[in-house]
Amino acid sequence: MARSSARPRFESWGRYPTLQADVVPLSWTSDFPPPKLPATRLLPVGAGRSYGDVCLLENGTLLHTRGIDRLLAFDPETGVLRCEAGVTLAEILDFAVPRGFFLPVTPGTKYVTVGGAIANDIHGKNHHLAGTFAHHVQRFELVRSDGTRLLCSPAENQEWFAATIGGMGLTGLITWADVRLRPIVSRSIDYVGEKFVGIDEFLDLARKATAEYTVAWIDCVSTGKNFARGIFMQGEHSREPDKLGKSKEPWLTFPIDLPAFALNHFSMSAFNTAYYHKQLPKVKRAKVDYEPFFYPLDSVLHWNRMYGKKGLLQFQNVIPHEGGREGMVEILKAITRSGLASFLAVIKFFGDVPSLGMMSFPQPGIMLALDFPIRPEVSFDLLDRLARITLEYGGRMYSAKDARMTAEQYQSFYPQWREFERFIDPSFDSAFWQRVTGRRPLDE
Amino acid sequence: MSKEAIPSRVLALGATSAIAEATLRLFAERGASFFLVARNADKLNAVAADLRTRGASSVATHVMDLDDTSAHPAMLAAAAENLGTIELALLAHGVLGDQQQAEAGYPVAEAILGTNFMAPVSLITWLANYFEASHQGTLAVISSVAGDRGRKSNYVYGASKGALNIFLDGVRNRIDRAGVHVLTIKPGFVATPMTAHLPQNALFAQPAKVALGIFNAIRKRKDVVYVPAFWALIMLMIRLVPRRIFKKLNL
Repeated sequence: MARSSARPRFESWGRYPTLQADVVPLSWTSDFPPPKLPATRLLPVGAGRSYGDVCLLENGTLLHTRGIDRLLAFDPETGVLRCEAGVTLAEILDFAVPRGFFLPVTPGTKYVTVGGAIANDIHGKNHHLAGTFAHHVQRFELVRSDGTRLLCSPAENQEWFAATIGGMGLTGLITWADVRLRPIVSRSIDYVGEKFVGIDEFLDLARKATAEYTVAWIDCVSTGKNFARGIFMQGEHSREPDKLGKSKEPWLTFPIDLPAFALNHFSMSAFNTAYYHKQLPKVKRAKVDYEPFFYPLDSVLHWNRMYGKKGLLQFQNVIPHEGGREGMVEILKAITRSGLASFLAVIKFFGDVPSLGMMSFPQPGIMLALDFPIRPEVSFDLLDRLARITLEYGGRMYSAKDARMTAEQYQSFYPQWREFERFIDPSFDSAFWQRVTGRRPLDE
Repeated sequence: MSKEAIPSRVLALGATSAIAEATLRLFAERGASFFLVARNADKLNAVAADLRTRGASSVATHVMDLDDTSAHPAMLAAAAENLGTIELALLAHGVLGDQQQAEAGYPVAEAILGTNFMAPVSLITWLANYFEASHQGTLAVISSVAGDRGRKSNYVYGASKGALNIFLDGVRNRIDRAGVHVLTIKPGFVATPMTAHLPQNALFAQPAKVALGIFNAIRKRKDVVYVPAFWALIMLMIRLVPRRIFKKLNL
């Protein structure tokens, strides 16, 4: 394993913070551990699509896993795919869809790796039925920096299985996993979009929803009679057999870092209004391809450049149903009052399926996710306020999306962190973990 | 083979190289059969499993050090036997070598030339005769843009690839008339384990992108291909610099 001479700066998808690190590309599952470990702390990074600092480590060595990207075996009878950890969900789709299979759980981007999907225990629009990604991972191999190779599943090394799911890459390197895919007969999704105004209309739709995939877009800019308006979206894999080809490569790349003034209250307000009115009737039914349904932003590569060089902050939380309405209203009010606009905010019910990971984010309740441009003087304060409201209502925030939680907030959200610490590889660390354990201060 | 036919019986020499592996995947998706040769059994098995999963009809593996030219004929005969007919031979084994060590002493330079030139000469000699006799086949050889002009930073590697280019020109001139396609592949900077220690910049291409260029060049029966294609322009400019200026540059 070779080392780069100068330490370049690394950024995650949120582009905040950016931290210096060495990078060691891994090409084979046997590349780790190397005969001699680097002198610095280590952290695996896959596609770097988490938003904050879970995939960063200042002055450390990032183990870049994208080169371990082999598909090792596939059983069309059971749908189980054994693949190396650096394979992306996009690559799995390219392989699986023409064979009549689909991801069991997918987030809003397909450009994440399988290792990252396990390490952040990602969820999707079918959480209420399917649980998280890890519910469909039958086993994986975890390699520790001392060379120990552990086969982890619900039946073997259970403690390591639970600690590594949602374990943010800290328990060791995931080298491969068995993922159970689900059958489909068409690329199409039968889609229903229903407009709503106000949180109660949303809650009503969410409670009655029956579809496999549900999510709502919510306007976090408008106030007054348009407060908390949105579109409740449901989808099912079409049962009518149809063509099952590969997706086309995206051809649109966001070409430049947009200047900071481009995203302001007026442009966001106009965007949100246009998005709401794009759908004219109250209820719209359509057959749509899975790409725009699941990955509306993936069609524009590097869309994060829209937020300019300073980057963006994500906020994602879940609040238990009890008190959920009040908590969400308080949060939405704080956001609209701040005038810190957001393009796309999504809100959804998490289901009751208990997460398998010790540090997994999903729990039953109402989940909200949105992004903000970085304006240190206001957005840091707002995030702090949102974290405090979340805490007050017994909720928690999502590590993979966070760059600003304090150690105190994190430890209240995840009181089991002490127990988790036992499983962290002695050579591994992350900027996120340093922050939430109080070893790394927040920027002012 | 008709124009634009896609070979389906593939011999890959140095099959665990990142560029070779990415290229082989494109053939596997189309159901090709493979005979894979590389030095490390574990890595070779991982590549074989991947190609099988992606749709290869059959994958045979052969572990050997391709620097051992005396073992070439037996290995190549086994490949021909296993595949029935070799339709495509992809030569991808090579080393970048350490230029400074090669300047300091001949044995290092000799090792680089042995791996990057002498071993391919041995393989190509056998394969050229095989293809010529069977009046078909594609011989695709991974060379490098470094072979286009000697530069102080890597001229031993460059010389091995430049010599290979000339050798391939001659072989092409000889067996084109027998219906054999000889392709010289000149990758620019590719993000692979071979270049992992170099600072990466915008010129570095991913192996999958390079593989697609190689795949299309095989399909279209091109003689020489730069991958990615913009390297043809860069190397044209490099070649056009007058020698009296070139010798003063830090390249």
